Amino acid sequence: MAKLHVTTTINGEPTEFLCDPSQSMLDVLRNSLGLTGSKEGCGTGDCGSCSITLDGRLTCSCLVLAAEVGGHEITTIEGMAQGDELHPLQQKFLEMAALQCGICTPGVLMAARSLLEKNPEPTETEVRFWLAGNLCRCTGYDKIVRAVLETAAEMRSAA
Amino acid sequence: MKPAPFTYARPADWPAALALLAEGARPVAGGQSLGPMLNLRLALPERVADLRHLPGYAGVSMQGETVRIGAGTTHAAIEDGVVPGRLGEILAGVARRIAYRPVRNRGTIGGSFAHADPAADWCAVLPALPGHAIALGPEGERRIPLAEFVLGVFETALRGDELLRAIELSALPPATHFGHWKFCRKPGEFSKATACVLATPGAAPTAVLAALDAAPLVIADASALLADPTAEAARLVATLALEDPWRAALARTALRHAAEAAR
Repeated sequence: MAKLHVTTTINGEPTEFLCDPSQSMLDVLRNSLGLTGSKEGCGTGDCGSCSITLDGRLTCSCLVLAAEVGGHEITTIEGMAQGDELHPLQQKFLEMAALQCGICTPGVLMAARSLLEKNPEPTETEVRFWLAGNLCRCTGYDKIVRAVLETAAEMRSAA
Repeated sequence: MKPAPFTYARPADWPAALALLAEGARPVAGGQSLGPMLNLRLALPERVADLRHLPGYAGVSMQGETVRIGAGTTHAAIEDGVVPGRLGEILAGVARRIAYRPVRNRGTIGGSFAHADPAADWCAVLPALPGHAIALGPEGERRIPLAEFVLGVFETALRGDELLRAIELSALPPATHFGHWKFCRKPGEFSKATACVLATPGAAPTAVLAALDAAPLVIADASALLADPTAEAARLVATLALEDPWRAALARTALRHAAEAAR
């Protein structure tokens, strides 16, 4: 089957790749572009571990066809830190040990960043509902939610 | 989790999309229902036609008292208030509880309605609202009353050569009451029972019971349900002869809660 040539922007870098028409964006990120931070959990949009943003909007990359992203802008977990400087959420997750095995963490961070961009002052309920699409099988939700709330408070006081 | 191979087409206009449909392509809107089915190989199309780039596919326009919502309008846009007025508030409240934000960012009202999953929220709410589904076929547009659109599980009144182009709804007065209740053990999962009741001043109240293993139950005059939610919910659910007692209990509960919220 003929490959498709796609030109896009990933984490600010102009990027080109070849893909099969049926390949998901997650498949291309991980297996063609070597960006393995996005994880495959369910493949059905339930677990959130493959979360990316597409034109700034939080999306499950397993439910995006790679063929569609031409001309659009993608950010992945690899684009979250600026060089060696971690995003405040990443720093806070480390300080508060808001992760156990780490499989869900990239997706949780992407989702949490997207929440704080839309709502810099979320309540605990709002954080829990927003992150309902991110499954953690280590049962680590409490630390995750507290880390997001603390980051939000720190980012507000720094702003 | 890799789909079986298929080819991808991106029609630039509606005639091209209809031509692809006639050739057997599977239309995809937001891909949040079809995507999982492709990944699980429950759907095995030879070709998908990506409708997202069609002119006017997404977006909301007002024509007098009629609100026209492009089929490709996302749940997130509706959640964020793209539809004005009391109708917009009601739709936003429904959209907010569909799946998760990443899914709502891509999933569309038209894609969800045309897919007609029995647990889908729009299939449980739109039939209660005054309005039409606008189908586009080779002969032009056809208006299907919303209450008559979903015919069964994954089955709609759309013909094989038609695409769902838009949803047209009547604006609602500010005093309209609306109750919506669904049972999910976890926020965002598929509902096990959904009901809604719409009480518009000066018109007969309407209700829908959905997430059944069948077409939604549309109640064109829900006055009795509003008057006595517990008794009428029990009577309505008994007529369905549901096999599982727990399903019947949830269905009764959904109708009762929706009716109480709409009073």
